[in-house]
Amino acid sequence: MSDNANIHAVIDAEYKYGFVTDIESDRAPKGLNEDTVRFISAKKNEPAWMLAWRLQAFATWQRMKTPTWARVQFPPIDYQDAYYYAAPKQKIAPQSLDEVDPELLKTYEKLGIPIREQELLAGVAPKKIAVDAVFDSVSVATTYKKELEAKGIIFCSFGEAVQKHPDLVKKYLGSVVPVADNYFAALNSAVFTDGSFVFVPKGVRCPMELSTYFRINAENTGQFERTLIIADDQSYVSYLEGCTAPKRDDNQLHAAVVELVAHDDAEIKYSTVQNWYPGDKDGKGGIYNFVTKRGECRGARSKISWTQVETGSAITWKYPSCVLKGDHSVGEFYSVAIANNCQQADTGTKMIHLGNHTRSTIISKGISAGRAQNTYRGLVKFARTARHARNRTQCDSMLIGNQCGAHTVPYIESRQPSASVEHEATTAKISEEQLFYCRQRGLNAEEAMTLIVNGFCREVLQQLPMEFAVEAQKLVGISLEGSVG
Amino acid sequence: MLEITNLHASIDGKSILQGYNLSLPAGQVHAIMGPNGSGKSTLSYVLAGRDGYDITEGDVQLNGETLLPLAPEERAARGLFLGMQYPVEIPGVSNMVFLKTALNAQRRAKGMNELDAVEFLQNIKTAAQQLGLSDDMLKRSVNTGFSGGEKKRNEMLQMLMLQPTCAVLDETDSGLDVDALKVIANAINAMRAPTRSFLIITHYQRLLDYVKPDVVHIQAHGKIVATGGPELAHKLEAEGYKAFGIEQAA
Repeated sequence: MSDNANIHAVIDAEYKYGFVTDIESDRAPKGLNEDTVRFISAKKNEPAWMLAWRLQAFATWQRMKTPTWARVQFPPIDYQDAYYYAAPKQKIAPQSLDEVDPELLKTYEKLGIPIREQELLAGVAPKKIAVDAVFDSVSVATTYKKELEAKGIIFCSFGEAVQKHPDLVKKYLGSVVPVADNYFAALNSAVFTDGSFVFVPKGVRCPMELSTYFRINAENTGQFERTLIIADDQSYVSYLEGCTAPKRDDNQLHAAVVELVAHDDAEIKYSTVQNWYPGDKDGKGGIYNFVTKRGECRGARSKISWTQVETGSAITWKYPSCVLKGDHSVGEFYSVAIANNCQQADTGTKMIHLGNHTRSTIISKGISAGRAQNTYRGLVKFARTARHARNRTQCDSMLIGNQCGAHTVPYIESRQPSASVEHEATTAKISEEQLFYCRQRGLNAEEAMTLIVNGFCREVLQQLPMEFAVEAQKLVGISLEGSVG
Repeated sequence: MLEITNLHASIDGKSILQGYNLSLPAGQVHAIMGPNGSGKSTLSYVLAGRDGYDITEGDVQLNGETLLPLAPEERAARGLFLGMQYPVEIPGVSNMVFLKTALNAQRRAKGMNELDAVEFLQNIKTAAQQLGLSDDMLKRSVNTGFSGGEKKRNEMLQMLMLQPTCAVLDETDSGLDVDALKVIANAINAMRAPTRSFLIITHYQRLLDYVKPDVVHIQAHGKIVATGGPELAHKLEAEGYKAFGIEQAA
């Protein structure tokens, strides 16, 4: 049957964010050694304690080895053949958006990122989203800061937080993801350049979505951002992260660390739409996305919810996790991972139940097309202290065509007999029948594929904030372009 | 309206349709009856443009335009509808979203504006009521977990909404109880119009008791072997395919 021929014809999508911004950048010398770490710290005007922390992390990293347990393959990374710091050249630090290089503003405009604060149009207030825009190694702008400050909310670049809120940074940095947690976390701790910092004070409900938009522009440059979000007692914040990069033939490394802390009765909703350049259809180029994301439900009845839509990157190695310490705390992980062409995705979550009556939910939707390999890897762990804890896991895989692979690797460890765990896994193939059915009703092959895949991902996509759900649905379509014909 | 001329089609090198001729004028209802394996479903798929079939000879025209080079969605936009024998499940896509997407895709193909949301909602509710489908069914995923009868009624809902000019209904009556059969027959009868034609593929006389065909064709071995009025269906019911000289494989 020619269903495969048909399906093969929708997987050759053009990555539309692949342009390069022509902007002069200020870079660290190539290579990685203690001097690189010192260079970065000096560039950022950091206090001594921060440099000491970095150097200790660097020493730790040097003693560690690249992890090999994930189901991904790539040649050894030459850490000396990359740049660790690149910043767009600006004569003086911009005081307001008007002083930001217009080339940069144009870049974000082209990407559709609302970097300018929305004006009141004809008396209608548009829905506000505060944005922190990170370009290569530095944050170039953060919007709505004043409005947020009025409520006591801190939303700024990580660099600024180190300068202005050192006590908070010292208290929380590395408290969820310790320096020695893993190889890439240690590397990040040594050379991280910028990222976002959020602190929501006690009892405050953040009035708008907070969003950070990461863009790698410079060539041969790794991006190592650090995000730290703290929700104090009874507070709430919803945060979204987006990312893109130009098309380059070389692989670029992105090794971020995200730490979340939720205190008593606090809730953090963290959504990611990851759209790094995935490489071309033969697997040339693309981002290596080796990211450590972890949230700690430190307080009682706290809640952390991860929602991720992973469509980009040549390799994704990422396990947003929850440590459920507080009694009655809740962890959630909703994931859509799409791997097309030669992409490799090894992603999932860890739910570590420590407190009593802690609950976690995992819903993972993996879609593989082309020659891609997509693995769900998850750990659900119940410590002896976690009485009456519960987990529900649902892992669904969808295969498009017959050259791709889907793998599910769930680990469950329980030291507590009262714990309950449910695990469900399914694998489906997008059928020629479904495509034909949709096309007979008038949809073209790509519309049909997008509709079917979006249906498959619905439970996850509906977790995204409204304004991003629509974007994500479109992205699902774009990511699968060329996978049917 | 629909003109099938000397159509030859094969799948995986196996010849299924072998010189098929059929002429279905606008406003008429034709029934096709034939034993299992005579190529009835193949005919419907070939008309709709499903992949995997090789057309080796012949032509199919709808309103004077040849369909063969067109993609399934292009044929749909020209007014061809296929009611499927086994409607497909699409989990996570609500019936409503599916129909709206389909309807708007067809409208775009015809250079029309997308349908107004309120108007769409009114139309679909009216159509659902006519078929005895609850509002809840409209919100459920396309055909997912539907009973056999619900799936067939859902096909009719799509037909009512898409308003095709030529509907090919492949065993829409199979597996239905008598009440469901009447509902479906009523939907078809309500849609009969001078500009619309129906090709009803069925194994049984009983649907034809409710939807009176203008012409009945008997199909065997990939072509039509007899054509007549409704009496042909009665003869078949009474005497079996032997009466038409058709030997069925055991």
